[in-house]
Amino acid sequence: MKAKIVITPKKAVVDPQGKTVKGALEQMGYQGVAAVHVGKYIEIELAPGTDRTAAQQALNDAAHKFLSNPIIEDYKLEIE
Amino acid sequence: MNFAVLQFPASNCDQDAIHALRDVLGQSARYLWHKETSLGDADAVIVPGGFSYGDYLRCGAIARFSPVMQAVKQFADNGGLVLGICNGFQVLTEAGLLPGALVRNRDLQFHCEHIFLKTVTPDSPFTNKIPPGKWLKIPIAHGEGCYFADEETLAKLKANHQVLWQYCDVNGNLTDTANPNGSLLNIAGVCNEHRNVAGLMPHPERACEPLLGSDDGKWILESLIAALEKKTVAHAA
Repeated sequence: MKAKIVITPKKAVVDPQGKTVKGALEQMGYQGVAAVHVGKYIEIELAPGTDRTAAQQALNDAAHKFLSNPIIEDYKLEIE
Repeated sequence: MNFAVLQFPASNCDQDAIHALRDVLGQSARYLWHKETSLGDADAVIVPGGFSYGDYLRCGAIARFSPVMQAVKQFADNGGLVLGICNGFQVLTEAGLLPGALVRNRDLQFHCEHIFLKTVTPDSPFTNKIPPGKWLKIPIAHGEGCYFADEETLAKLKANHQVLWQYCDVNGNLTDTANPNGSLLNIAGVCNEHRNVAGLMPHPERACEPLLGSDDGKWILESLIAALEKKTVAHAA
């Protein structure tokens, strides 16, 4: 089992990386890019036999407390 | 006074802080390794600049969970004076000891230069000695110093006079060009509601001798020393 956590900057936070990447895409000729948001992707491999519900709960806690900073970031957690 | 200067893996302004406190200001100061669980006899704590834990994940995110930070949190909760400088400021916001967060500079550049600071709130343990109308010339050296807080937090910071310093130009004007990193309201440093924990991105410890281009940083450290002395006298009485 694997947990996948995608962390993105909150809308209210200025994202200079996203803006710079958007500018570069436009300069390269890619069209139709309305906005770019640069975030982080974390993959966590879970030990065999881990209880899915318990892992979901624990990782939500870790994502809120440590893996993301709720003041500036949002996260999405998926376990597959 | 006894200062404890924290050391995390990749702290790099710890020696500057010790030098300023010991050799320039004549205080007793010692290093405190991140694995320590007690602050000993420390009267105040400096969380220095650097790149604690390689700035992995987010600046200050991992340092905040180190054993020594649990002791700092307890010390701060009991009213102890704590000053975070640069990465130390980031650690204190991540730890929830200070409001807001520090994000990537708006131009994505690492800024290493002297800036000017306007002291907004003179009534604090970190600003009490700064003469009114004195703009402090102090260096910055950071890539992630853009102060962010939501509107509600900003309103609270203003109402409680928790903004201690703002970036200004040489004449004390709070202009956008004087803002090196895009910080909201030009904020360079804030304190907590109880006014015993403060953090700032500029480096006062690197501006304590004229040889280094400015000794304005002394005003901040001397404010802290004066506040500690006052506290000791009050305690004795």
